[in-house]
Formats: sequence, C-alpha cells, structure tokens
Amino acid sequence: MYKIGVIGDSESVIGFRAVGLDVFPCEDPAEAARLIRELAEGEYAIIYIMEGLAAQVEKEIDKYKDSRLPAIIPIPNKEGASGNGMRNVREAVKRAVGADILFGGNDK
Amino acid sequence: MERMNVNPTRMMLTSLKRRLATATRGHKLLKDKRDELMKEFLDLARENGRLREEVEVKLADVYKNFRRANAIVSNEVMEESLMFPKQGVELEVGSKNIMSVDVPEFSFTTKAEDPADILPYGFSRTSGELDNAISKLSDIFPMLLDLAAKEKETALLAAELEKTRRRVNALEYVMIPKLQVTIKYITMKLDENERGNQTRLMKVKDMMLEEALQKKREHDMEAINRLENNQQ
Repeated sequence: MYKIGVIGDSESVIGFRAVGLDVFPCEDPAEAARLIRELAEGEYAIIYIMEGLAAQVEKEIDKYKDSRLPAIIPIPNKEGASGNGMRNVREAVKRAVGADILFGGNDK
Repeated sequence: MERMNVNPTRMMLTSLKRRLATATRGHKLLKDKRDELMKEFLDLARENGRLREEVEVKLADVYKNFRRANAIVSNEVMEESLMFPKQGVELEVGSKNIMSVDVPEFSFTTKAEDPADILPYGFSRTSGELDNAISKLSDIFPMLLDLAAKEKETALLAAELEKTRRRVNALEYVMIPKLQVTIKYITMKLDENERGNQTRLMKVKDMMLEEALQKKREHDMEAINRLENNQQ
C-alpha cells in the first residue's frame, strides 16, 4: 500500500489535504530536499511538489528520475504554472531523441 | 578506424569473426528496439504534454476557488476545517512492461464511501466556495494521478531510449568498424605469411634440386674420369 505526498507552501497544499493526500507544508529548499529523501525512502509512490520549490531542489529530484518509484511530479502552485513542469517533459524528449521535436522548444 | 591490438593468428581471426557476427546481430536488434521505443515514446510524450497543459489549467481554477474561499473565511478557520480530512486515498502500484522497461501503474481507492460526502467540516463556519474548491480538486484528482503515471513513464522511457541510442551508435560507429578493420588486418597478414611461406618453399625446393643436380654431375664426372683412366 502506497501513499501520495504533496510538498509546497502551506496555502497551495492545504486543499490537497481535503482530498485525502498527505501534505507537507514547506518553503525552505533544504527542508524540502530532506522531505523528498524521507518520503522517497518511505512508502510514498507519488510526490507532488510545487513548481517554485521544485526548481530549487532539482538536484534532489533528478536523483529519483531514473528509478521506478517514487514519481516526483512538479505541479503549479497558487501563483500559476511557471512552465517548469512543461520543461521537464520537453527535456525528456530532448534526452530521448536528441532534439526537441515535439513542443517546438520555444522556451529559453 | 584504428584496429585492435591483437596477434594476427588464425585463432584470433575466428574469434573476431564470431564477435563481428554477434555485434552485427545485436546492432540490428537494438536498432529495432530503438525504433519501436521511439514510436511509443513520441506518442506518450505528446499525450503527456497535452495532459499537463490540461491539469495546469484546471489546477489554476482550483486555486482560484480556494483563494475565493480564503477571502470569505479566515485562514485559521480554513486550517481548522481541513485539519482532519475524511477522505483518504490509498494507492496501488502495479507494473507494466513497455519494450522491457518496467514502468509503474497507479490505481487508487478512496476511503470515503460517498464521493459527495468528503467535506470534513460543518457548514456553519465555512462557505460554499470552499466546498466547491474541494469538490473540484477531488474531480481532477484522477487526472493528477494519470499525469504522475504518464510523466514517470515518459522519464523512464526517455532514459531507456537514450541508453539504447548510445548502444546502437557505439556498435554502428565504433565496435563494428573496429572489428572489420581488425579482421581485414589479420586476413592480410595471414595471406602475406602464406605467400612468404610459398616463396620460401619454392626457393628451398630450387636449392635442393640444384644440390641434387650438382651431386649427379659430380657423380657423372667421376664416372667419366674413371672410364678415361681405364682406357689409358
């Protein structure tokens, strides 16, 4: 039996608590990195993390990129999408194909 | 392409030829795998991008609802209301095999029996906006889960694809040419040795013939001499 965690600023994550996910309010990158490690070693299969925070703990997230579990998924916070999550998809394409041939690569 | 540093022997040639055959076969197989993976991956990535866009739009809507609720009820009340959620989600992780890549599959069960009855608070102190926000979030939750699965799948396939692509290239541009060059080198070396041997043998044969002839001539000479002596 696995669980789902949500990491991010308290205002953004509070709603997720209502639908039954485990939320971890956190705004400090170092704390977030520690949380990710802890959740990943625990029984969390999916960790949603707010985009702004995700950008600051990219290193920690990349560690779990190639392992089967957990899936660490950046989602937009209350400020709206920063395009960070989309960039991840683009980067996956770039990594696999060698060039971004799907999404036009119009960032940067 | 530089050849390998090996001894040009017949045994080495056989083993290299065997390796070349294996490499060629492996290259063909890996290339097929790469093509198939690429097909799967492109579809998946496209789907993933579409799903993410959709989720981002919907989540923005949910946040808007929460903000609206926040404007009506105070932060403390909201915290308090959501402190003990009624709804719980239990995640089941299966696994799926795509071109020998093991990807997780998520399915979930909710604890609350009635999906309409997930609000963990009384209605006296909170506003309808909060109910709205929560039910909306609850509605898009399956999509969020789908996004997680798709995104993980994309990442895992991308890693596998990268690996396969590297291997195909390594075989195609390094291993196979190197083996071919080395095999050619050994073949030429062996042929050269063969020719050298041939000429040496011919030379030796010539020398032996010469010697035999010489001996015969001496023998004849002696016989002639003896005959002449007898006549005198």
